[in-house]
Amino acid sequence: MNFKTITTAVALVGASIALAACQGTAGYEPNPYDSMDGGIWSGYKTASVETQAMQNDDFENPAMPWVDAAAELYDKADGEANVSCADCHGAPDDETGGLKHIPMKGVGASYPAFDPETNKPINIEMRINQCRTKYQKAKAYKYESDEMLGMTGLVAMQSRGMERVSTADFPDDKLNAFWKKGEEFYYQRRGQLDLACSNCHEDNPGNMIRAERLSQGQSNGFPTYRLKWQKPGSLHRRFRGCNKNIRAQPYGYGSDEYMNLETYLAWRGRGLPIEAVSVRK
Amino acid sequence: MKHAKLMTAAFGLALAGTIATGAQAAELVNYKIVDETIPQSLTGKPGDAAKGKKIVIHRKKGNCLACHVMPIPEQQFHGLTGTDLNGVGSRLDEATLRMRLVDPKVINDGTMMPSFYKTGQHRVLKKFIGKTILNAQEVEDIVAYLMTLK
Ligand code: HEC
Ligand code: HEC
Ligand code: HEC
Repeated sequence: MNFKTITTAVALVGASIALAACQGTAGYEPNPYDSMDGGIWSGYKTASVETQAMQNDDFENPAMPWVDAAAELYDKADGEANVSCADCHGAPDDETGGLKHIPMKGVGASYPAFDPETNKPINIEMRINQCRTKYQKAKAYKYESDEMLGMTGLVAMQSRGMERVSTADFPDDKLNAFWKKGEEFYYQRRGQLDLACSNCHEDNPGNMIRAERLSQGQSNGFPTYRLKWQKPGSLHRRFRGCNKNIRAQPYGYGSDEYMNLETYLAWRGRGLPIEAVSVRK
Repeated sequence: MKHAKLMTAAFGLALAGTIATGAQAAELVNYKIVDETIPQSLTGKPGDAAKGKKIVIHRKKGNCLACHVMPIPEQQFHGLTGTDLNGVGSRLDEATLRMRLVDPKVINDGTMMPSFYKTGQHRVLKKFIGKTILNAQEVEDIVAYLMTLK
């Protein structure tokens, strides 16, 4: 990985802590965000100016080494079938979608989709692995591996600026039953601290929870580079973190429970522009 | 709530009991709820306000500052999702504060505030199953500290 970017990231974390320390002399800060207007907004809004700047510029974005590595894998023939992603889909930014006419653009804005093979929701990570095993006859990537995070970032990035779409709330949408289960999960209290996602991300966006400024917990920036992780991470990694912080037993990467939640969260974020790969604290 | 209700917190323990691993999962003391208050001390021992203040700040114990503004200026970050607790000792009495800490859902079932002396929540992380966030004496120490916030 690019060592220089990592040190910049560290320096910036230092800087933002110092900045927070200055603001902190007031003791506590009121909520400057109008969370009551019913509007939706991205965690970008509550990120610090420094973090936003890193996301704004691909040369500063610390996730790019992972994406660059994935772009090389994308072009490389792999597996028993000895074909590359590009052989079927064209270049990542080829809007005609290459030989198979299936472009990467738009995937990030519309996933999770319904997968007729499993009769379940499928996210970008799982789709990449389906193509690897089914078409390349190659080994699946591990869910939270550098390869998977980079490749998911590369695919999701092609939808940058596009608005998230979901009609999973329609009774005749094939995702509807999964969306409903995701909604139940979202409002169910859990863990020793007995909190639901909604307690933090629906009732208190913009409010401070000790040193953290709560956002609406939207998924439009994933995968995301977290300064705390010092690497990109998947949405399911964030789910696990938000579960463990309230002392709740997390579910597995790619589990049905988290797939339902991902499906529901995409719907909550309808209309938000895709930001992948975002940068967060 | 008009009638007094005997809450056996051990009931929650029994529910989680089948999967409880912890030998540390101590028996919870019984307490009596009267009109959304707990008049009797959980331990019979007076609370230590100085200890209570430490527990309130401690991130793995009370962590009350996650949600509340309190007169503790030496701590930098105070959350804003809960009520400002300045002067809470003159607004509320001991019995109400004890109820608030033990199980605030008795007072307001929609509250965000955790129940600090309760077990049996949904999908508790394995190592905390059958355990309360605070022990009985820690609850009493915090009550004593809150009573000093006049
Ligand atoms: C105790 C409060 C709390 C609870 C409960 C909670 N979270 Fe979070 N969550 C946070 C904090 C703090 C952050 C980091 C700051 C922010 O973006 O809100 C965060 C961040 C996130 C993010 C990243 C947002 C972004 O822009 O990158 C997502 C997604 C998320 N949470 C989803 C969830 C889901 C889904 C649940 C329920 C399973 C949940 N959270 C439960 C506190 C919470
Ligand atoms: C042999 C051709 C082939 C190869 C190689 C291939 N794919 Fe695919 N891909 C497809 C087909 C066909 C589909 C449509 C879904 C299906 O039939 O499985 C698809 C679907 C997709 C989708 C979902 C598109 C949508 O609009 O829903 C993504 C994302 C994707 N592939 C990414 C990749 C990546 C990344 C690689 C390399 C790791 C790859 N594919 C390799 C043929 C291929
Ligand atoms: C996750 C957030 C959260 C945490 C942690 C929390 N509280 Fe609360 N607390 C609240 C909220 C929200 C209220 C507002 C009343 C309600 O929701 O019923 C409240 C109300 C109170 C009240 C009643 C105030 C009044 O004037 O009526 C007291 C006392 C109190 N909390 C004390 C504490 C103490 C002491 C701790 C730490 C041991 C603590 N709280 C931890 C969220 C929290």
